[in-house]
Amino acid sequence: MIVGEKLARSFGLSGEEYARVLEIMGRVPSLTELGVFSVMWSEHCSYKSSRVWLKTLPTTAPWVIHGPGENAGVVDIGEGLAAIFKMESHNHPSFIEPYQGAATGVGGILRDVFTMGARPIANLNALRFGDPSLARTKRVVDGVVRGIGGYGNCVGVPTVGGEINFHPAYNGNPLVNAMTVGIARADRIFLSAAAGVGNPVVYVGSKTGRDGIHGATMASTEFGQNSEDKRPTVQVGDPFVEKLLIEACLELMATDAIVAIQDMGAAGLTSSSVEMAGKGGVGLALDLDAVPQRETGMTAYEMMLSESQERMLIVLRPDRQELARAIFEKWELDFAVIGHLTDTGRIVVSHRGRVEADIPLAPLADQAPLYHRPYVDTPKRAALGEVADPVGIAAALTTLIGCPDLCSRAWVWDQYDSTIGGQTVKRPGAADAAIVRIDGSNRALALTTDCTPRYCLADPEAGAAQAVAEAWRNITATGARPLAITDNMNFGNPEKPEIMGQFAACVRGMAAACVALDFPVVSGNVSLYNETEGTGILPTPAIGGLGVIEDAGAAVGLALAPGLDLVLIGATQGWLGQSLWLREIGGREDGPPPPVDLAAERRNGDFVRARILAGEVAACHDVSDGGVLIAVAEMALAGGTGVQLSHLPAGAPHEFWFGEDQGRYVLAVIDAAAVMAAAAAAGVPAVLLGASALGDLTLPDGVAISLQGLRAAHERFFPAWMAPAT
Amino acid sequence: MKAIVTVMLKSGVLDPQGKAIGQALHGLGFPEVGEVRAGKVIELELNETDPARAKARAEEMARKLLANMVIESFRVEVA
Amino acid sequence: MKAGIVVFPGINRERDMAIALEGSSGRKPRMIWHRETDLSGLDLIVVPGGFSYGDYLRCGAMAAQSPVMAEIRAHVARGGYLMGVCNGFQILTEAGLLPGALLRNAGLRFLSMDCHLRVERNDTVFAGKYAAKQVFRAPMAHGDGNYFADDATLDRLEGEGLVAFRYVTPEGDMTAEANRNGSARGIAGIYAPGFRVMALMPHPEDLVDPLMGGTDGKPLFDGLAA
Repeated sequence: MIVGEKLARSFGLSGEEYARVLEIMGRVPSLTELGVFSVMWSEHCSYKSSRVWLKTLPTTAPWVIHGPGENAGVVDIGEGLAAIFKMESHNHPSFIEPYQGAATGVGGILRDVFTMGARPIANLNALRFGDPSLARTKRVVDGVVRGIGGYGNCVGVPTVGGEINFHPAYNGNPLVNAMTVGIARADRIFLSAAAGVGNPVVYVGSKTGRDGIHGATMASTEFGQNSEDKRPTVQVGDPFVEKLLIEACLELMATDAIVAIQDMGAAGLTSSSVEMAGKGGVGLALDLDAVPQRETGMTAYEMMLSESQERMLIVLRPDRQELARAIFEKWELDFAVIGHLTDTGRIVVSHRGRVEADIPLAPLADQAPLYHRPYVDTPKRAALGEVADPVGIAAALTTLIGCPDLCSRAWVWDQYDSTIGGQTVKRPGAADAAIVRIDGSNRALALTTDCTPRYCLADPEAGAAQAVAEAWRNITATGARPLAITDNMNFGNPEKPEIMGQFAACVRGMAAACVALDFPVVSGNVSLYNETEGTGILPTPAIGGLGVIEDAGAAVGLALAPGLDLVLIGATQGWLGQSLWLREIGGREDGPPPPVDLAAERRNGDFVRARILAGEVAACHDVSDGGVLIAVAEMALAGGTGVQLSHLPAGAPHEFWFGEDQGRYVLAVIDAAAVMAAAAAAGVPAVLLGASALGDLTLPDGVAISLQGLRAAHERFFPAWMAPAT
Repeated sequence: MKAIVTVMLKSGVLDPQGKAIGQALHGLGFPEVGEVRAGKVIELELNETDPARAKARAEEMARKLLANMVIESFRVEVA
Repeated sequence: MKAGIVVFPGINRERDMAIALEGSSGRKPRMIWHRETDLSGLDLIVVPGGFSYGDYLRCGAMAAQSPVMAEIRAHVARGGYLMGVCNGFQILTEAGLLPGALLRNAGLRFLSMDCHLRVERNDTVFAGKYAAKQVFRAPMAHGDGNYFADDATLDRLEGEGLVAFRYVTPEGDMTAEANRNGSARGIAGIYAPGFRVMALMPHPEDLVDPLMGGTDGKPLFDGLAA
């Protein structure tokens, strides 16, 4: 292979970027060097299109220990403990090979968390798929769900929550965003900055093969007709080895042996070694002959770019090398000293007695491309105007509760081990956020993932603010205090000004919501170029939220019991723009999405949380997709309890029951009068909707909808869709 | 030399995987497919030159670990 | 009883088991790495759930060949108690300590949900704190829990009263729907003759705390605490 601009372009570098490589190197780079530059300067590793915008997000709060820039975000959760969490995409691999793509996505995010010293205690996932009527969508959903389960179940971390949306915009670009949450002692956090000239650089985990070469650059290019041909670059996961790696790393972390540690994720050995040395301001000499290899005849280029899974790079104290080796040998994992730190400020890679790469680290990082991409604002949508109700409330409820975006996800959850660890207080579907207790403590974490992409398409700024607000609301609805978020920014091709405009507006909306709700961003990931043949996905800034509740027993779920009053908190004007009612019943995605009043959001949420913690609330559910009646129906189905609705709205009934106004909750309480009085005193809008009772869900006009019929409609879609062909 | 161990579920044991494959093939327009059985193939590189001895050792491995004789049967080929 | 939990590479429910055992007995069980060979001083050995050796080849097949298994056999021969849960059940059948095998779930999908188990006899140390024919809830989480044995073996198990638990409806009835993994005769757990060895697929250890949704699993561990 002749190294030159043509090859550089095929590696994903632009002509201009290649010129900069020549300038830094002062000569034509070797193949391995070109490989290193191309992956380090890929969108995936360098954030070259998104960095200028991400810098504007709020990332600090008194409880934030480490914000973006480390492997994952770290927040103080009290009792000397820290929660470490991050969400990351594995979109492109999951389209090419759904099972392995999703599985290795889970594996990768787990490593980002345990590499910082945390034992992973929960996984979540935010998934977006294409039109369910396509056979391809079914194949992708089946493979992704099996892959997430296959990896998470084996590695022994409960999968406790997540979300699934369907939309034709994801036909060629499904999104698989995986989130892991771990717990560590706040004074035992491990970072990646290498230090100590002469210290050994150690490779542990699985052997290196030719998997996933150029995965990081694949994750940064648009799909074309021939993307099926890219199959060989998808990596294969080994959750068994990952489990051993978790235990071995945590055992080593209990000693004082580690100076720095980082997992080998995208761009494998290249990114881990370059980032560790770069952050520490040291140099690095690597001897590739020492790298444990699964295949014979691998070149330096292949080893540096391999994305074989379940591998970590560690800088050790030299006097602890044998102690560390003994731990990894006990767990039957490879352990090899593959280099040492130097004071040269360069990464020097040798293989079979030859120097295959010799690159100055500072310019590799500092002169990485940074683009202020041109952008245009998304035009505002015209107001919706009046929309008549063609079917009536009862029929719309039955249709909506069974539609793919609102139907029961039990078919999916039932394939994920959600109870392992014995700390899952609220399993998937039992509460607005999953509640996982911390072993040995009375505290629990509240965890959720949220985004409403159709809102983001119609108005990226409002939509992204809504995503943050909904995550905050879902945590609040359990009684927990929201602490911080991780974001997974999934967008189309950033070289198109309208896509860049979506990105910029989403960041603005998120930032405003994060500030208003004291809910900073502590980690995140960007996935761009989610386009197939020019068709992009909906802008999808998926938000992973984390909160804490001091008394796990005080957390409430959404299941209704008989004999409670239902109180709606928050103002309702009956907003149908971009609602699911408009899409499923009205047959169109139209109008602006509901506005987000962040001050009202905060006030209403703080009020609801205070009521829950005062013990006044038996069940709580936020109002989101589908509106109030869907929220009530979901509470009724979860508890197997009917509801007698009595509230007669002033405006059109379908606007009241299915409008998607924000900042609202349905509370099931024993003493409605007291809650209403407290709401009035706090300036929080509250409406008594009705009461729970055994039997049907009865509308204010007396129309009764049997719970059994509703349940059948709710639970039909996934099992019927996935039933084997006969 | 190489030993190839083929492990199959015994004929009395229900094979839902085979059944699912059969159904999928019918759905894809292969109506001629009858019963389908799914098993696994394990290739062993053996440091051995005598085919009879290689076969005997591989059979011992199959009985001891590679197959579960409660539910599976196996066949060894040496090449 | 003084308890120990055997940990093979890939086992992942050992901590859940330790919490449940300690919750009933007040004593921390001993964690036994699979290369250890001294099991003296233990009354009860538990082989917990997980994916020993990644469930590669067959669930439990490689763990069943592990050195510690010889010691476990000796422990059983001495009259010690032995319990397997989930992967532990698979390992004990692969090791020949219990008859039959656990096949892929009939629906070919991993099943993670609560199931209901009927106590088939309560005159054993494992089930003594349950009422006869009591139905209790337990989470299950497995891909290969479909109990299989030939008819002669099944007849013998039933004839000798060796069936420990069956999958049933909340009302205690055996139905196809309640038997989600397709197990032969709805069998969820079995004893070896003598009733000192027992294994089951579901996870009573994950339902011993009201905060996690119930204490249905606790009587089993209370029985083992005495």
